[in-house]
Amino acid sequence: MVVPAEIPLEIGAEPEATLAPIKLSIEDLKISYGSSVALEGVSLQIRENEIFGIIGPANAGKTSFLKAINRMDLFTSGMKVEGEIRFNGRDIRRLNNVYALRSRIGVVFPLPVGLPMTVYDNVALSPRLRGIKDRKELDIIVERCLTRAALWDEVKDRLDALGSLLSGGQQQRLTIARALSQEPELLVLDEFSIAVDPVTTMRIEDVLKELEREMTIILVTNLVQQARRLADRTAFFLDGRCVEIGETEDLFTGTVQDQRTRDYVEGRFG
Amino acid sequence: MGNNLFAATGLNRRNQRVQGLFRTLFGLMLIIPVLLILGMLLYKGGGMLSMDFLLTYPKDGMTAGGLLPALVGTIWLVSVALLASVPIGVAAAIYLSEYAPDNWLTRIINLAIINLAGVPSIVHALFGVGAFVIFFDFGTSILAASLTLAIMTLPVVIVATRESPQAVPFAFREACWNMGATRWQTIRRVVLPNAVSGILTGIILEVSRTTGETAPVMFTGAVFFTPFLPQSVFDQTMAMSLHLFVVATQVPGVPDELPFGVALVLIGMVLVMNSLSIAFRMYLRGKKKW
Repeated sequence: MVVPAEIPLEIGAEPEATLAPIKLSIEDLKISYGSSVALEGVSLQIRENEIFGIIGPANAGKTSFLKAINRMDLFTSGMKVEGEIRFNGRDIRRLNNVYALRSRIGVVFPLPVGLPMTVYDNVALSPRLRGIKDRKELDIIVERCLTRAALWDEVKDRLDALGSLLSGGQQQRLTIARALSQEPELLVLDEFSIAVDPVTTMRIEDVLKELEREMTIILVTNLVQQARRLADRTAFFLDGRCVEIGETEDLFTGTVQDQRTRDYVEGRFG
Repeated sequence: MGNNLFAATGLNRRNQRVQGLFRTLFGLMLIIPVLLILGMLLYKGGGMLSMDFLLTYPKDGMTAGGLLPALVGTIWLVSVALLASVPIGVAAAIYLSEYAPDNWLTRIINLAIINLAGVPSIVHALFGVGAFVIFFDFGTSILAASLTLAIMTLPVVIVATRESPQAVPFAFREACWNMGATRWQTIRRVVLPNAVSGILTGIILEVSRTTGETAPVMFTGAVFFTPFLPQSVFDQTMAMSLHLFVVATQVPGVPDELPFGVALVLIGMVLVMNSLSIAFRMYLRGKKKW
């Protein structure tokens, strides 16, 4: 099903009267590496300004899913994507300029990646790639992004320090600041809290709640409680299939359709 | 038992002593030849060293005087060879490490590089005569000699340079691509700045090899003797390596210490350039960023 972003949707099953337009629409997605299938038969829609959680154990296909959204299959040898992915209503497989697509999608990896350049340059890299050269303008962007990533106060006196030498938690917030410097419409976080202490995790979660007003967020996490705290809706991936999608609270309060989902969120899995 | 858990046994101790002995021995075996060669050259040719020796022309049928034209000629040859081979070599290395897909063409290129590195220098010399001196009609000139040297050292540059971009962690590239950067933007902003020290290593190796090569230049651009310094790349020139060969074997009545003096200057050139590049590389390494 193809729904252009501008047209209001009328789906009888949804309780709300007005729904936000669809940001990302996935139809029958299949991802395979050679002969092994990583993900199959996934169809889902993500709306503007929602936090969409994806939970599931290892090897469920969560990271492959994110790679497909970003067209990173072009840079991953052997990765094959079938089905349809529409971003703002446009089929991303038919875009001429995948770089423009990627620049609208901010990605945060499980392990923080502080690029081997100064903190300032890390955040200014994306604006510079867009062609912004004016130092004052860059200064403003850098300060704004670092502030929003809750890192500004800690690094404002050492913007010339190497980004790769910050602590793990700081690097992860630097990664988020860098993603924000892309001014993304969609922010994708892949198990961002793996290498981050609990206090920093809570700070980043607060940041995400703020950001939800401005952008769409996909949150892949293996902490089910994190999905519960943040996500409006959550999908449960298992063994390369999307088992269930629903309002997050429903998943946790027991109104699930699939017994496996209940087992997983209640920690009785395996 | 408990107390002795971490105590070394007699066998441990003996093994360690034997290993230590071998390590020292092998280390010395690497250093001794270098010291012997340098010591010998200094002992026999040290007396020749003076500003006059470096800055005057040979005289009395090359049995006396200095080596200025050879010194200047070698600098010309090495510089022009570097100008030709470094851009091509570094570009090839970047292509192979960043762009080349893993297919038969890439494998053939890699095979060609390995084989090119194994071709004897005299064969390169003959190729240089055929290709540059005759076919391209450069004549016996610095240009022909330098291009021959460049082709000969190209595989060295490529192999030594190729490794260093690959040492830059893949996660950096991925992060950069995810931001919408193209491959080239990623290479320019993330990969190359962190691969410079390795690329320099490749160039150092090339300089050392180019400076000392005799065969490729003796047919293509270097001459026995010329009283003129080269004015352009189309001139013939003297070269240090060929000059050493000439004074050591071809000219009667050369005083014993003269060839040693020439050899000392030749090896000195290489050592000075190597030390400078190594110092620069260490400076860059000190700023290594992850």
